Amino acid sequence: MRQATLDRRDVLARIFPNPERYLFISGLAGPARDTAGLTNDGANTFTMAGAMGAATTVGLGVALSAPDRKVAVVTGDGELLMNIGSLVTVASMAPPNLTIVCIDNGCHGETGGQTGHTSRTANLEQIARGAGIASSSVVETEADLDKAAAFLEEMPGPRFIQVRVTDGPPTSYKRNFNMAECRIRFRTAALNTAGG
Amino acid sequence: MTMTDWSKQLFDDLVEAGVTLFSYVPDAGNKKLIEHVSARNDTTAVLLTTEEEGVAICAGADLVGRRSVVCMQSSGVGNVPNFLSFVKGGNFPILMIVSMRGDYGEQNPWQYPMGQAVEPILTAMGVGIVKVDSLDDLRPATQAALSAVFAAGQSTAIVLTQRFLGAKQF
Repeated sequence: MRQATLDRRDVLARIFPNPERYLFISGLAGPARDTAGLTNDGANTFTMAGAMGAATTVGLGVALSAPDRKVAVVTGDGELLMNIGSLVTVASMAPPNLTIVCIDNGCHGETGGQTGHTSRTANLEQIARGAGIASSSVVETEADLDKAAAFLEEMPGPRFIQVRVTDGPPTSYKRNFNMAECRIRFRTAALNTAGG
Repeated sequence: MTMTDWSKQLFDDLVEAGVTLFSYVPDAGNKKLIEHVSARNDTTAVLLTTEEEGVAICAGADLVGRRSVVCMQSSGVGNVPNFLSFVKGGNFPILMIVSMRGDYGEQNPWQYPMGQAVEPILTAMGVGIVKVDSLDDLRPATQAALSAVFAAGQSTAIVLTQRFLGAKQF
């Protein structure tokens, strides 16, 4: 397996050059900080700080319920593996407006950097493909990153991107942890915004 | 009304209340309900790999103003507590339908531990319970749950007991 070289703090802005066009759901820990940094913890963003494993299916619920909106889930390798079956559920429903980006640092960064399964034997992109998500890709070089935004625009959904990054720190961002406030904020904005 | 079409009444009451997204892990107790969901173009059935996914789907639907329900057997309640963090933590309105095993008349000993844990688990995670023990209970219990969840924001499980469903025969 190729050594990861990408810095996670740089990748989301390259994959989503126009983040205001998306509704973002992120799983806990590093991906939540990276996502909040991308959108300045905006009203189009719902980040989690618990319920590990829930991001993909919260995003699926949003995508199925708002078919005219672009929905992006940002998760980590540990979070995704905790409910890896959610990729099967996503593939089965095949929402065209859903993209899943997994920031794969190969470890559990939030709890001390313990080795994760993707540093051993698990291949998330192959798992996504095996689940039935045909628009799946791996981003592990600058050249891959250059093509990622076009991948989102051109490939039919649902889409899965595994972004292999180093085990360095996530974006430094102090986001709102109040789940009830974040729910109302997201919900109000989503209901008051036209599709697109 | 006979016992054979209670699922249609339940389905009609949920649809009337605006529920359009029905996620489920298959169980004998929700089989006909999901058949009704699948038979219509304006309701969607989501087959899950595990029950907690359905709680998350309910939360996601709520984030964009839609109403959803997750249907499961009682054993599946054991899979959902961590994801029910959305209830106390965020006031997400989660509606569950739980078809019981491991209560009245159960012959399978494997079903009893989770059957007996349904109420304490849901209570611990802030989910209210309305029980259906008979056909006469079904409509008022459904309406009570819909009011609690979507008018008052209090997550609730409609629990279909084995007094109502009957016990599986081995």
